[in-house]
Amino acid sequence: MSVGPVPKPIAGVSNFIDERIGAGNFLKRNLRKIFPDHWSFLLGEVALYSFVILLLTGTFLTFFFRPSMGDVVYNGSYQPLQGITMSEAYASSLHISFDVRGGLLMRQMHHWAALLFIAGLMVHALRVFFTGAYRKPRELNWLIGVVLFTLALFEGLTGYSLPDDLLSGAGLRITQGVILSLPVVGTWLSFFLFGGEYPGADVISRFYSIHILLIPGLLLALITAHLILMWVQKHTQMPGKGRTNENVVGGPFYPSFMAKSGAYFMFTFGVIALLGTAAQINPIWLFGPYTPSDISAGSQPDFYMGFLEGSLRLMPAWEINLFGTAGGTLPLNVLIPALVPLGIILTGMALYPFVERWVTGDNREHHVVDRPRNNPHRTSIGMTAITFYGLLWLMGANDEIAAFFQVSLNVTTYVGRVLIIVGPILAYVITYRICLGLQRIDAATIDHGVETGVIKRLPDGEYIEVHAPPDPGIEARVRDKKPVPIIAGADGDTPDGDGIPSEKMRHPLGRLRAKMSRAYGGEKIALTDGHGEDQEKHAAVGPGEDDTSSPAR
Amino acid sequence: MNRITARRRHPLARYAVLLLALVLIGGFYTLVTAKSNERADAAIASGKADDVAEGKKLFELSCSSCHGLNAEGTKQGPTLVGVGAAAVDFQVSSGRMPMANPGPQAPRKQPAPWVNETTIRQLAAYVQSLGGGPAVPGNEQVDAALGDKAKGGELFRANCIQCHNFVGAGGALTQGKHAPPLHEATERQIYEAMITGPQAMPVFNDSIITPQQKRDMIAYIVGVRDEPNPGGAGLGRVGPVTEGLVAWIVGISLLILAAIWITAKKRQAQ
Repeated sequence: MSVGPVPKPIAGVSNFIDERIGAGNFLKRNLRKIFPDHWSFLLGEVALYSFVILLLTGTFLTFFFRPSMGDVVYNGSYQPLQGITMSEAYASSLHISFDVRGGLLMRQMHHWAALLFIAGLMVHALRVFFTGAYRKPRELNWLIGVVLFTLALFEGLTGYSLPDDLLSGAGLRITQGVILSLPVVGTWLSFFLFGGEYPGADVISRFYSIHILLIPGLLLALITAHLILMWVQKHTQMPGKGRTNENVVGGPFYPSFMAKSGAYFMFTFGVIALLGTAAQINPIWLFGPYTPSDISAGSQPDFYMGFLEGSLRLMPAWEINLFGTAGGTLPLNVLIPALVPLGIILTGMALYPFVERWVTGDNREHHVVDRPRNNPHRTSIGMTAITFYGLLWLMGANDEIAAFFQVSLNVTTYVGRVLIIVGPILAYVITYRICLGLQRIDAATIDHGVETGVIKRLPDGEYIEVHAPPDPGIEARVRDKKPVPIIAGADGDTPDGDGIPSEKMRHPLGRLRAKMSRAYGGEKIALTDGHGEDQEKHAAVGPGEDDTSSPAR
Repeated sequence: MNRITARRRHPLARYAVLLLALVLIGGFYTLVTAKSNERADAAIASGKADDVAEGKKLFELSCSSCHGLNAEGTKQGPTLVGVGAAAVDFQVSSGRMPMANPGPQAPRKQPAPWVNETTIRQLAAYVQSLGGGPAVPGNEQVDAALGDKAKGGELFRANCIQCHNFVGAGGALTQGKHAPPLHEATERQIYEAMITGPQAMPVFNDSIITPQQKRDMIAYIVGVRDEPNPGGAGLGRVGPVTEGLVAWIVGISLLILAAIWITAKKRQAQ
């Protein structure tokens, strides 16, 4: 389509820029880049756009926040705290909430955006995990994602502590307890971080630097790297008609994807603004200033730290006193819940792509993702992790559960201790069965077609339901299923055909690998090639074609 | 006669007898209770009632099965000698006593139908006569308008929120016990709870927290609970648990719906 000669003011300016930067060529190549379409591909953008809003609202908050633990007497406009001695950090947070125009809205949007940032990271990571989008060549981008997630947790923790209210102080106290529980270096680290005895006078200003400078800088750099890698490696696509590992089916970046993405930014902004306006979050004026001697019932961290709170609450009170107490105390009741679940989840996430590659021996590039049902063990492992995390998270609120549902607090703890072992195992088994069941439905769809609801009477009096062949799009998606690879030699094939396993398979690790590979990989429910032998009960005819060859018998 | 004899060994006969006995006893009890209530009401109406004597009658009818005929206490309920009028006023006016079901703790509920200002006064007078104890506070002692909210807030945070949550939303204690929410407690009930220490609550007597400080705390509790939420819906004022739920259920759900809507039209490969 021609739009005639370019008007001189535009042509002049763009020529000027192009001759100096040479961006025209780059844009020409990249603006038409194709992006695949699927709603779940936008989940990462929840996190991205929440981060943009966090930067903007956060900058506004820094104009008025004073990161100092110096004492002041409050005389602002919130009457129930007037004349109370508090830290400057808390007083300035109250000032933002009650005396700065738009301050409370900005604070609330910042906090809601923080929750949506981490929730967005989580749903995005789950999408990538369950579809196997982390596989070669995207393992490094997955690792960047794990680091982003870890940094986001620390960013949240430091931000939560800044207003210096009673609730944030409770979180800070637990953080200090965890640091103290570290063997040998704990006490020293605590004094180092807090600049002396807890709470000291330094921690707010230190957390402030970390919260507004160090971690956001790292996040920004890593998000950029994450996006560049995604751009260069191209986005994965869902299996479907005409989609292969060699192509990308979707809309061009400009204008199609840009419009969708821009609209999605507006949606994210809208939801955060809506929550910031309509739902009160972190009402610090109700918590009061932090005093180390005070603690409130129902003190909880923000949701993303809830699993650590829960593991702390579930843990029995174990500790080891070395040589009486002279050699120091090893408080396992803090050390284990603080480090073990976090370690299992983050290390597990980081290692999973590499472990899967080791087990399956799958070294191919993947650009079409898996449907979760087609790799049942991976999906089950994911659901196991979600159950483990979710139960810990739930137990972090066990006092609220006990109070709200009027059950005994002790019972919630005992039940939680059992569930944290049994729940993940059950989740694994149940998910595995569901995946196989879904695979059977797929196989039946290919084999028999789709039920039409049309009942037909055959000349010999028998009634059958007419099945129609599936929609080509659905058929293509189902037929994309490929068996999960198994390493060569694991299934009993031997290189020389003499029944002797290769050398690699003979030592214990090799045997374990072969065993895991056999269990993890392979085809569990094979697709038969439709219209096959057992058609006798289900006539596969096209819709509307009444009198085609129904199998006579 | 023959017919009854025939049915006597019917498998359901024993249940029929049991039911009959229960109906008889229940009916008899109802009749007696109704009568005595009438008597008490008549005495009050004629102005002849002596509070202690009337209180004793009320006590024997409604309280003595657990607390003993002379309030000496039984296995089911503690002695009431020395608990004072304030304890009676708190427990009965908030509906906690008489208890409906045995349990770890008596919950707040709609008071029994016979409970009114007069009957509470009479019961309280009787219990007070048994061995003294904290008296019901006067109106001025519990007047929130005379308290200092800011000071009360500091005391509230130092003494109450461990169990009652930061603005009195309540919380769980061990073994099914709980610290109740303070949303419905009247100023007088708050004061009485502090001086009598009902159920799982410790006593905050006047040497620990002075009457003036108690009034400050009442001013804070009542003031803050009536305060509007400047940031929008309060989400129960219980802290980050409900906030996290809203972030997921409202925030993430809305954004997923938006994503599905935006990508509803897909391109197909040619």
